[in-house]
Amino acid sequence: MSVVSASPIASPVVSTPVAKPSLQAIGLTKEYGIVRAVENLNFTVARGEIVGFLGPNGAGKSTTMRIFAGLLEATSGRAYVSGIPVASAPDEAKRRLGFMPEQNPLPDEMRVLEYLRFRARLKEIPGRKIAARVDTAMELCGLQHKSRRKIIGTLSKGYRQRVGIADAILAEPEVILMDEPTIGLDPKQILDIRRLIDSLRGRLTVLISSHILAEIEACCDRVMIINQGRLVAAGTTANLRREFFPRTQWRLRLRGDPVALEQLLPGIEAGLRLVVCSTADGDGFAEIRLEGPAHNPDLGENILAALMQHPGWRVREFAQVEPGLEQIFLAATKQGDEPLTPPVRRGK
Amino acid sequence: MRHYPLLLAHELRMLAVSVATYCAAVLFLLLMGLIYFLVLYGYNSQIESDPPMAQYFQLFFIPVFFVVPLLTMKSLADERRHGTLEAMLTTPATTLEIILAKYSAAYLFYISLWALTLLFPYIALWFLPGVRDDSPLRDTASLAGGYLFVAASGLLYIALGILASSLTRNTLVAGMLSFSMLFVLIMCGYLSRHMALQDSWLIHAQAAVDYLQTFRTLEDFSRGIVDTRPFFLYASNTILVLGVTTLVIESRATA
Repeated sequence: MSVVSASPIASPVVSTPVAKPSLQAIGLTKEYGIVRAVENLNFTVARGEIVGFLGPNGAGKSTTMRIFAGLLEATSGRAYVSGIPVASAPDEAKRRLGFMPEQNPLPDEMRVLEYLRFRARLKEIPGRKIAARVDTAMELCGLQHKSRRKIIGTLSKGYRQRVGIADAILAEPEVILMDEPTIGLDPKQILDIRRLIDSLRGRLTVLISSHILAEIEACCDRVMIINQGRLVAAGTTANLRREFFPRTQWRLRLRGDPVALEQLLPGIEAGLRLVVCSTADGDGFAEIRLEGPAHNPDLGENILAALMQHPGWRVREFAQVEPGLEQIFLAATKQGDEPLTPPVRRGK
Repeated sequence: MRHYPLLLAHELRMLAVSVATYCAAVLFLLLMGLIYFLVLYGYNSQIESDPPMAQYFQLFFIPVFFVVPLLTMKSLADERRHGTLEAMLTTPATTLEIILAKYSAAYLFYISLWALTLLFPYIALWFLPGVRDDSPLRDTASLAGGYLFVAASGLLYIALGILASSLTRNTLVAGMLSFSMLFVLIMCGYLSRHMALQDSWLIHAQAAVDYLQTFRTLEDFSRGIVDTRPFFLYASNTILVLGVTTLVIESRATA
């Protein structure tokens, strides 16, 4: 397996001020007793990128984020935020990072405005800039009008998430980590959060973990998939699709002889074959799936042209089947035993 | 320590908007008022050698047993349960600053509750008929000594409450743990003074408890004899307990 856009780092990299990645993990490992939550994790996230961080439950996403946020100490390896090592300079790293934890803990007794002002002071925003920064964050998160003076405990789940995001972006940090920001939200609220993340594109680096894969596919520049604490895939959705699904599939509804079709296919392209054929419906149309090599972009047109030339055959539907992030995720986590980075032996 | 004033102001505000704070305050003042009334009643009905304020301070432990747990049990346990402590730790504020702010807020509130009881002698003078201005109710030495003892011992008791709160995520368990620690610390001293112990290991335990000399110190202070040694004792133990609390929180947060 190869990496397309997020190459695993084979050796420690000394960051230069010019090309400092926003996030960098080098051989990051976290053990809880005999359990390895994160194992030899290597990745970089460049400045301004929005990266989806995916993995099944217990894969190590939250652990990785908490290590970057300075809430957990890694057992071994190094984590850098804007080139600053989190382990040896946690306060400096925290000044460059906004973190929205999975549970989005907020004090129920405080008002939204009051809470954000308190957090702004705690994040060392200069006094004269606090009002403006709080207003900007509230405006971005849609909290400016209705919820400004509401008590946090009375807010809906969606608005609580907005307060959490407003807190994360308040100090205008270089990096924002969001652990499941859309968990428990309704589709409209999810759309609002997606718009909000989109509005941060190019200004801030965002690492976002979520189980809603359509969400990640829609708003992230690329994705990283971890399984059992190890990075198993990284890259753009298109690259991962090519990597995990090297053969292209087409779905068609055809009235014709499937046996004749099967004989016709090798003539169109070597390696093209019929994989599924359903029984014909009342009109005589059967649903058929074809599979062929992905290297020829014109293959779809060639198939269609060959079908149309055949006398007596009728095509009602013809479409290329594109595996979504969900299929890629399942394929990547299924192959979790083949990580991008070689496993580290216990006890070193 | 640049975040400490901000965190302290936040903690004081949180105490001010919490219902539990007012419950603790009302209970404390009711109980202390009752104790004061009973002390006055006893002083009036029989010849007592100790001044009324000395007798009043002898019962200081009764409110300590419930007010300290009530004021401190939520401080860290609740924040850990809700995750707000974690959110605080993602900012440049340090664990020590957070703990010191929580401790200081609880201590200031504890001291202000006791300060309210300073009004009791004046209320008695104004409202009770036949009380003379030169009565021992306003014995300055006794009052100053008693309140100094409360302030000094409160340093350690509140620190123990904060430590108990750091050990668990359950506020009820934190409260019970705090009560148990205070009970052992205060009542063992009381029992060791009033019981003749024979067994060798109990005598060693008694020596350890006697080290704090809570009731002996209280007796001296409430008679107006102020010694500086208890201040150092309570302050040094407070620093130790708060240091342990910081380590507990750091180890749990980063484990």
